[in-house]
Amino acid sequence: MTAALRFDPIRLPEKCEQLRKEVRAFLAEEIAAGTFDPHKPNREDADAPEFSRRVGAKGWLGMTWPKKYGGQERSFLERYVVTEEMRVANAPTRRFFVADRQSGPVLLKYAPEHIKMDILPRICRGEICFAIGMSEPNSGSDLFAAKTRATKTDGGYLINGTKIWTSSAHIADYMIAIFRTSPPTKENRRHGLTQFLVKMKQPGIKVNPIGQITGQYEFNEVVFTDFFVPDDHVLGEVDGAWKQATSELAYERSGPERFLETYYVLTELVRAVGPNPDTRSAEGIGRLVAQLHTMRRMSVSVAGMLQAGKEPVVEASIVKDIGTVWEQQLPHRVRDLAAFVEETATNRETLERQLDFAIKTAPKLTIQGGTTEVLRGIIARGLGLR
Amino acid sequence: MAESDNIVVETAEKIFADLADPQTINNDRKDSWQAPLWQALSEAGLPLSWVPDDLGGSGASLADGFALLNAAGRFAVAVPLAETMLAGWLLAQAKITSPEGEMTVLPASPKDRITLDADGAVSGRARGVPFAKAAKHFAVLAHGKDGVSIALVDAANARIETGLNVGYDHSDTVTLDKVQPVTIKPAKGFDQTNLMLMGGVARSLQIAGALESMLDISVRYSNERVAFEKKISKFQAVQHNLARLAGESAAALAAATSAADAIANAKAFDDEVYLEAASAKIRCAEAAEKGGAIAHQVHGAIGFTMEHILHRYSLRALAWRDDFGSESHWAVELGKLVANRGADELWPLVASR
Ligand SMILES: Cc1cc2nc3c(=O)[nH]c(=O)nc-3n(C[C@H](O)[C@H](O)[C@H](O)COP(=O)(O)OP(=O)(O)OC[C@H]3O[C@@H](n4cnc5c(N)ncnc54)[C@H](O)[C@@H]3O)c2cc1C
Repeated sequence: MTAALRFDPIRLPEKCEQLRKEVRAFLAEEIAAGTFDPHKPNREDADAPEFSRRVGAKGWLGMTWPKKYGGQERSFLERYVVTEEMRVANAPTRRFFVADRQSGPVLLKYAPEHIKMDILPRICRGEICFAIGMSEPNSGSDLFAAKTRATKTDGGYLINGTKIWTSSAHIADYMIAIFRTSPPTKENRRHGLTQFLVKMKQPGIKVNPIGQITGQYEFNEVVFTDFFVPDDHVLGEVDGAWKQATSELAYERSGPERFLETYYVLTELVRAVGPNPDTRSAEGIGRLVAQLHTMRRMSVSVAGMLQAGKEPVVEASIVKDIGTVWEQQLPHRVRDLAAFVEETATNRETLERQLDFAIKTAPKLTIQGGTTEVLRGIIARGLGLR
Repeated sequence: MAESDNIVVETAEKIFADLADPQTINNDRKDSWQAPLWQALSEAGLPLSWVPDDLGGSGASLADGFALLNAAGRFAVAVPLAETMLAGWLLAQAKITSPEGEMTVLPASPKDRITLDADGAVSGRARGVPFAKAAKHFAVLAHGKDGVSIALVDAANARIETGLNVGYDHSDTVTLDKVQPVTIKPAKGFDQTNLMLMGGVARSLQIAGALESMLDISVRYSNERVAFEKKISKFQAVQHNLARLAGESAAALAAATSAADAIANAKAFDDEVYLEAASAKIRCAEAAEKGGAIAHQVHGAIGFTMEHILHRYSLRALAWRDDFGSESHWAVELGKLVANRGADELWPLVASR
């Protein structure tokens, strides 16, 4: 059988196009009202609680979830459209994005009913923010080296240890984290980790901000000291989190956010070169657009696989690998091409400001959500090499 | 575009497996495999897949024909199958009946132009025409003062300077000097760009197919070859190279099948189809370069020999980049289109599919 992976040419159905118009109209209103500036990716207003509530009110959070939890029972393709329009517009999605993409689906699968009934509707209303607690100071790619302990006590667990690089922990209401409940076994290094729902802003948690080279604060160190988590906050199987963590990945890795993080510089380059570009600029833009189009087609295809109930882990890893390498190179390619733009281009200042920020952003893109090397390992396993 | 629930593709794959097994072909330096292969393909009606019944063809859908070209790419077959299919398709645009036998299309480059004189003769030069030497007829797109016409031309009336492309296949220069066509008809609403986009997508599917095979044989080889007392597939550096090859192969296949699907379902060659088709040619050409290099890297010196089949895929994929507009050509054109529509129309264009 062929080793090649097929990405069927899924087309977005008509109702997606209608939805896209609604999202664009909504975002245009928000921009007009001054909620955010689409030309300023490096703004400090990335956390926008009121905006989150308005997105929730539109029914655009938890879109694919059951109605009884506040969801809309819409398709992954519809969710896809909302995500890409938000991303392309540079909308301030920090408060709700992780919950909508990842934490909600984990809760849906593994949380007890009363917790689902409590938390999921609040996510759908855009009221609460989630963080993901996987990485630790000596455990990033090697998730199974995680040491932060959850020790059994009366009615729950006591947590001790440190999580790191935790995006949004400073604003998060909850974290879904993995902690060590038993040591790994000789036969299975992956044994002994358990997934927990952690309520933030409680005694025993300290969140220390970590500055990033972009000049922003986005992620944190999170220190747990005898922090109590009740029994009903265990998600899924005790000691069996590794199976659960890997099935999250298809959601985390294949979406449009995995190739659109620096996209704004491409639009701005097109603006700067104007309607009659020289050959070099035209060629450069043409290639970038062809690459973008191809990745997007692959990403839409993965959304179609998710819709069909598949777990496209390898396909998602390919989209993330190609996507993040592309979005990492993009600002540098745009910079190459912008060198030939007329000094008089009216948006020159915007373009330069954007390039400055995108170039500073680029180094993280192939790291967050799983490094390129780790993804290639997963793809290699899919090819039967490991 | 599924691979095995498609009767056209199944038939073709069976014929290729029987008569165009790459290893057999590779060991046969006299090309004596070509005649039986062509005969089998013709008997199955495959070269005229895209020609309706009433014009002498087998009337397969565009989608089935595209899937067939992808399969042909997986076998890297060096007979004018894609060319005859394109020629039949072009002739059918003007309701001209297809003759039997090998055909090819001209021009095969966006820069060449064939003109139609007042007396109905066609003239001009077309470079890089695949398999012109093997063709009995040409399907020609010609520009007259009243617009575009499509002509069926007897190859015997043309001057052909033979050439070889980087994949060792015929890529010839054809000169038509006031040649009277067998048939000629006006083709309203059709233009040379449509032909180039169609040819480009055909080549994209072939390149994607060749990459699928390169991935297969590279994975297989890495699981056989032992170095430093390990299978080379166990070295992480080799695994990562193969993962990148899988990514390039997947990207090529996704771009090509998406463009094929777009053309098969489109009412016209509009901007969205242009985006799809041009992107496919650009991305597949890039994948041919990156993917081919990795496949050779994994194979070591053995892949560099004439005895080994890898070059049948890698060199053809590289050669196919040049037909119907190179990736540089399409990148410039796509870039101009995007710039012309303006910055704020870029995302709506990308998101239109
Ligand atoms: C912006 C940003 C946001 C983040 N947000 C979160 C978050 O919210 N929650 C969270 O839990 N984590 C988060 N992370 C952490 C991220 O998931 C980790 O950084 C990542 O998993 C890599 O781990 P590490 O930084 O410890 O690097 P390491 O794992 O130490 O890797 C260093 C280098 O070694 C390579 N390497 C490691 N192991 C192998 C191997 N087996 N084979 C080949 N190469 C290998 C890596 O690929 C990398 O190049 C975030 C990271 C960034 C940059």
